[in-house]
Amino acid sequence: MAVPIPAAPVELQQDWDVPEQIGLWTDVWRRFRRNRIAVLGAVVVAILIIDAILAPLLVHFGIVQDPIKQDVTNSFAGPSVGHLLGTDQLGRDMLSRLMHGAQISLTIGILVQGIILVIGGTIGLISGYAGGRTDNLLMRFTDIWYAFPDLIFVLVLVSVFGASLLSIFVAIGIVNWVGLARLVRGQVLSIKEKEFVESARAVGSSHLKIVLRHLVPNALGPVIITLTFGIPQAIFLEAVLSYLGVGIPPPTPSWGVMIQDGYQAIFSAPGQVAFPAIAVAITMLSFTFIGDGLRDALDPRMKR
Amino acid sequence: MANQAVGGRPFGGARPARRLLAPSSRAGALTVFIVRRLLWMLPVVFFVILITFILMHLAPGSPWDRGGGRQLSANVVQNLNVRYGLDKPLWQQFVLYLWNVVHFDFGLSYQYQGKTVSSLLLGSWVYTFTLGVLAFCVIVPVGIGLGVIAALRQNTRVDYVAMGFSTFGASVPNFVVGMLLIIIFGVYLYTLTGGAYSLPVAGFGLDDHLIMPVLTLATLPTAFIARLTRASTLDILRQDYIRTAWAKGLPERLVVLKHILKNSLIPVVTALGPTFAFLVTGSVIVETVFAIPGIGRSFVTAVLSRDYTMILATTVLFSVVVAVANLVVDVLYVFIDPRVRLS
Repeated sequence: MAVPIPAAPVELQQDWDVPEQIGLWTDVWRRFRRNRIAVLGAVVVAILIIDAILAPLLVHFGIVQDPIKQDVTNSFAGPSVGHLLGTDQLGRDMLSRLMHGAQISLTIGILVQGIILVIGGTIGLISGYAGGRTDNLLMRFTDIWYAFPDLIFVLVLVSVFGASLLSIFVAIGIVNWVGLARLVRGQVLSIKEKEFVESARAVGSSHLKIVLRHLVPNALGPVIITLTFGIPQAIFLEAVLSYLGVGIPPPTPSWGVMIQDGYQAIFSAPGQVAFPAIAVAITMLSFTFIGDGLRDALDPRMKR
Repeated sequence: MANQAVGGRPFGGARPARRLLAPSSRAGALTVFIVRRLLWMLPVVFFVILITFILMHLAPGSPWDRGGGRQLSANVVQNLNVRYGLDKPLWQQFVLYLWNVVHFDFGLSYQYQGKTVSSLLLGSWVYTFTLGVLAFCVIVPVGIGLGVIAALRQNTRVDYVAMGFSTFGASVPNFVVGMLLIIIFGVYLYTLTGGAYSLPVAGFGLDDHLIMPVLTLATLPTAFIARLTRASTLDILRQDYIRTAWAKGLPERLVVLKHILKNSLIPVVTALGPTFAFLVTGSVIVETVFAIPGIGRSFVTAVLSRDYTMILATTVLFSVVVAVANLVVDVLYVFIDPRVRLS
């Protein structure tokens, strides 16, 4: 095992490689840019983020209405020139609330997935790759984590650290990584027995290289789906927390809270639910497109 | 001696001892694996109780808090604490609780006087479990079916419809789905049939009462499973051995069932474990929308009113369900993918 490989053959092997030496991720980026739908997804996400950042500025310059200004004589109004998407139950401008709601909902949706990816991905990779006792201990740990009540955990966290955006997304992220960990582990368990991993090991690749080069790209498909499906769930969970009184207090708008408020009037004013739900759907679809594009870019079999 | 005669293995040494823990036959290995994992449930349940116990007492408030301005007087609270053993140090309470749990005594509920937690829990779990299992029976065939069909007909109308449904299912919350179903099957169906027939919108019965709650509960997991199946099936479709299977002229049914599905199921089965656990541990929202006295609702009430014994018992039940569901998944891996080894 420890026999040093002579220098010459290694150099020869370099010559066999593709004529133009580029790194995996440069190649991925290059192919990602060529995927039109993926780029469209990225553009939409960028627009949503810019919109969330610029919303207060647009209100300041009078282009968009104030999101918390009430006008109860004009509640549940349909779309008009003054209110492009109509008004809600307190006569607040829907368009403005949607744009401001993007601040909280996008932050929660995206950052929570980041936390889930880091914790769940790492534990799943280690557990699946190491196997044996490590695997068993880590998986029993996730069983414990899965079983204990997240509602209590969120209540404790929020009451200790206060109902800030930070404590809410840490709380949601920390209770939701378990599913991803198990999914990644399941993928790794089956991928690590495949021929290309065996040959990578035979060539003498380090564990880190096998994990990053072979396991991560091949386990990515289900991971992307879990994360994109997690975005709406995190957005709704934030609304549930607000409802229980431990979330972000009103009148700050968020998509989840807008759906929850609007659903009381789903029969008479369906737009109250439909518009925020469409916003959530667009966000999720954009990330799905980005994720699918990323997976295709990582898949060498897709090379033309 | 018998060993030597049959297998020719030299008697003595460390190897026969090892074989007790790692039998060579597949069925034997499986049994040992399952038994070991069942034993592992004990420490898992212990830690779940420990963590829940700590969190529960960390959360502000006590079971004796009353809403509004009418709080109980200090004397009454003192007496109640003595009566329920809450005056003892926490570690004593914990040890006592463990001792009782070992004897399957989960104590009395704090909010419903004179009722044991076990009877309350089992009473409400019946509803939740029935709903969950039925929803699971919808999710598995519909989710996997949609996913496989969408992948086989990638970028056709069928694919778009399936994935459109999947996006809808994920980005519309449960309570809105429930409400839409009520409007369609409760209101429109009622007016359409001239008041002759509509689905019942609340309550629980083993008949058409079940249809709407089950559909509501199944929407999100079905959407997720369909998406997952589609992605992993697409992955498998690009493999060389699938091209080989088509090329050698195997009938479509055989290629799909034996070559594609079997290989694309690993992530799906992994996701189905937690999904099952999620379903049978109850959804507050579905149970609230359709007025079903299930465990999901009783658990949230228990948490909000700090009904300590109820919280702990529900958590123990959840942990057992989760552990068993994940054990089943791990065993299924071996049957789906023979390359995966039991560790």
